[in-house]
Order: sequence, then structure tokens, then C-alpha cells
Amino acid sequence: MEVFRPSSLAEALEIRAAHPEAIPIAGGTDLMVELNFGRRRPEGILDVSRLPELQEIRRQGTTVFLGAGVPFARIMRELPDQVALAQASRTVGSPQIRNRGTVGGNLGTASPAGDALPALAVYDAKVVLASAAGSRHLSWRDFLVGPKRNALAPDELIVGVEWNAPRGPGSFSKIGTRNAMVIAIAGLCLQVDEEARGLRVALESVGPTILRAAEAEAFGAGVLEEAGAWVNPRATVPVNAVVHFGELTAAAASPIDDIRGTAAYRRHACAVLARRALTWALDDRRAGAI
Amino acid sequence: MKGQDMLVRLNVNGEWREADVWPGASLMSMLRDDLGLWGTKNGCEQGECGSCSVWLDGEVVCSCLVLAAQADGRRVATVESLAGEGELHPVQQAFLDAGAVQCGFCTPGLVVAVSDLLRRDPEPPEEVIREALSGNLCRCTGYQKILDAVRLAATRMERGTA
Repeated sequence: MEVFRPSSLAEALEIRAAHPEAIPIAGGTDLMVELNFGRRRPEGILDVSRLPELQEIRRQGTTVFLGAGVPFARIMRELPDQVALAQASRTVGSPQIRNRGTVGGNLGTASPAGDALPALAVYDAKVVLASAAGSRHLSWRDFLVGPKRNALAPDELIVGVEWNAPRGPGSFSKIGTRNAMVIAIAGLCLQVDEEARGLRVALESVGPTILRAAEAEAFGAGVLEEAGAWVNPRATVPVNAVVHFGELTAAAASPIDDIRGTAAYRRHACAVLARRALTWALDDRRAGAI
Repeated sequence: MKGQDMLVRLNVNGEWREADVWPGASLMSMLRDDLGLWGTKNGCEQGECGSCSVWLDGEVVCSCLVLAAQADGRRVATVESLAGEGELHPVQQAFLDAGAVQCGFCTPGLVVAVSDLLRRDPEPPEEVIREALSGNLCRCTGYQKILDAVRLAATRMERGTA
């Protein structure tokens, strides 16, 4: 086993091209467990924790670029206005884990329980990938192709993610057995897009990968339209519509029974989380926090 | 295996130390097996228990989840950095006085986490304490005495009586 420790992205990409078998490591919160337990013995490891390009957070107008190597603790501190993502970051592991774990790691591992991923889904974020030959942007949807599978080419590295910050309330919530060190049984992100008069809902841990609840989104936006709530945030949205929004969200889930919970429980959890998230968003809009 | 080892050099508790380690070794195993710093405990090796907590460049991390090679050239502080000559750190003293230690296995990790918390927030409210310790497991105490120790240490350090 060889460890490569490049100090720039350009150098890292050359190593990546020459040694595609080397597994990238950033915060190590996934890969180290596999190494410690002997589940994986890669021929090489590519340490990307020293690449300054992956540590950047940049804003240009409403566009946000988040480097793949920025730990969750920094996201909480430096991107508090990206509420859904900041809230999701806050639920990751423990303080020790949040000092190390990264969004790049969530994308690389591509687990359906990656807590940052639903936020990227509601932001319609693009994953920025680079190889020695150049770079490309892939939508989160095209990148996350299945359970623990992504579209990263063997000579590519995940540089970061980029999105157009939506205007409107957003939230992240997840269900687990305690408030820390939890792999979500179910998780949900809701984002209001005031410009487009739309809702965006993404689910974690209830399908092979992150899912958007398209029907619920369209229904919810229509309900706000009918109630006149897009124009007047104080307008009353009928309770039964909020309940139905939850049911439609649950219908978008594609859960399985596993050690953490049953499919039926997960579906139920999605309905509850969706109902709560929409209620919070409506409350925020009413309070003028748009 | 020896032929494959790599040299890792890091600053531990103010002193530059080095060792030949297996390239896949964690910082935790290097600290314990190569540098003899056994205060850092090997609990779960998956970041769940916090017993291997150390400071890496000033931030608390699980040393079992850091590749030793990633710590090369960096600054590490372990629980051994806290006590002075013949004198315990106020957090360690508070753990003793409050009866927050039973088997003692989780104690070093908790002492690191508590010291880090009180450096950043000298008067943490209850929920901040609980959150700061959420990555450290203790299977003996039921945590109440540990919370007592945190409050005791905070009070003493505030007053400068520790």
C-alpha cells in the first residue's frame, strides 16, 4: 500500500491518472473504518486533505461554491444562511466527526444516508469534477446513480459542489435513535423557492439513493397558489392539504426493511417529517423570514 | 510488512516525533503502538466512542479516523499534554472530585472533549455541554457525574481557583 500526499489539485489529478486504484481520503470517517476493520486493503491511498482548492467556500452573487474538503463544522459556521445544508451538517455524527467529515465524502461514499445529500438535491446542486484532462459539472441526480455508486470516473476527483442559493425557508430533519451518532432511519429536506413559487423535497435513507418527491412538490406549490399564499404569506393553507402533502411525500419513498427500521416505519416517518417541514416553512413565511 | 512501512513525522505535545508505520495505520495506533502514548484509548475504531479523541491542529478529532500519514507535519496534542508537573489539569481534578470516573476507559477522551469545550466556552449551558460530549460514550457512570465534573471544572476555572 502506498500513500500519496499531493499539495495541489493539479498534482493530485496527475497522481489520480497514473494510479486510479488509489482511494481518495479526506476526513477519513468512512474509509478509515474499512481500513481499521480490514474490510478494505486498497493498493494505494490518495490523501486529498492538503489540497487548498478543496477547502474553498466562494460566493458570487447567489452562486455558492463549496469545496469538497470543507468539514461539516466549517459549513455550520460559514454557511449558516444555507439553512437546510447547515442544519443537515449539524446532525452529522458528533463534534469530532463534524471536524473531519466532508460533503465530498458524502458524495464519494454515495450512501443513501449521506446527511448533506438531500440538501444538495433540493438546491439542485452540480457536482464539480476534475481530471488531468479538464473539468465537468454533473447534476447531483446524474452523479448519485445508486446505492454507494456514483458517476465519478477513475481519473477524476470531486472538487466541490455548486448551486444557486434559493430564496425562501428551508429545513432538514431526520429520524434516529438519539440526537448524535445516528445513521438516519429517514431524513427529509424541504426548500421553498420564492422566485419560482415552488417547493423542493428530498428524502434520505428511504430508497437506493436520494429521492425527490416530485408529486408532493407540485401539489404543495399548487396548494400555496390556490390559497394565495405565494403573494400573501399570511393566507391560511388548509390543514388537510398539509396532511396530503405528507402522504404524497411518503408515496415517493422506496424504503426497505433493515436493521435500523422497517419500510412501513420509514414511509410513515416521511409523511410526518414532510408535514412538519411544510408547517415550519409556512410559519417562517408568515413570520416574514423569507 | 516492514519493507512497506512509511516514515511519519509529527509534532506531538510540542515535541517532534517520528515512526515507521504501516501506510494504512491510524493516528491512534501510531500514538499508542509506536509513540507509547497510551492515554489515547483504542475503543471502537469507528469514531463512535470518542475514547481516542486528540487535538489535530487544534481541533478535536477521533484519532482512529485519521490516517497517520495525514498527520505528517501536523500538530497533535493528546491527553498527556494537559497535566502539569505533578499537577492535574483542572478538568482532570474535577473528574476525580466529582466521582466522574469508574472504570476510567472513556475518561481521557472525555477529558479532552471537556477541556476543548471549556477553552471555547468557559460557561457552557447544559445543552451545550451535552452536545459537546455527544461523541464520547461512557458505559459506567450514566453521565450524571460527568456533567457534574464539567460544571465543577467550569466554576473553578472561571474563578481561577483550580
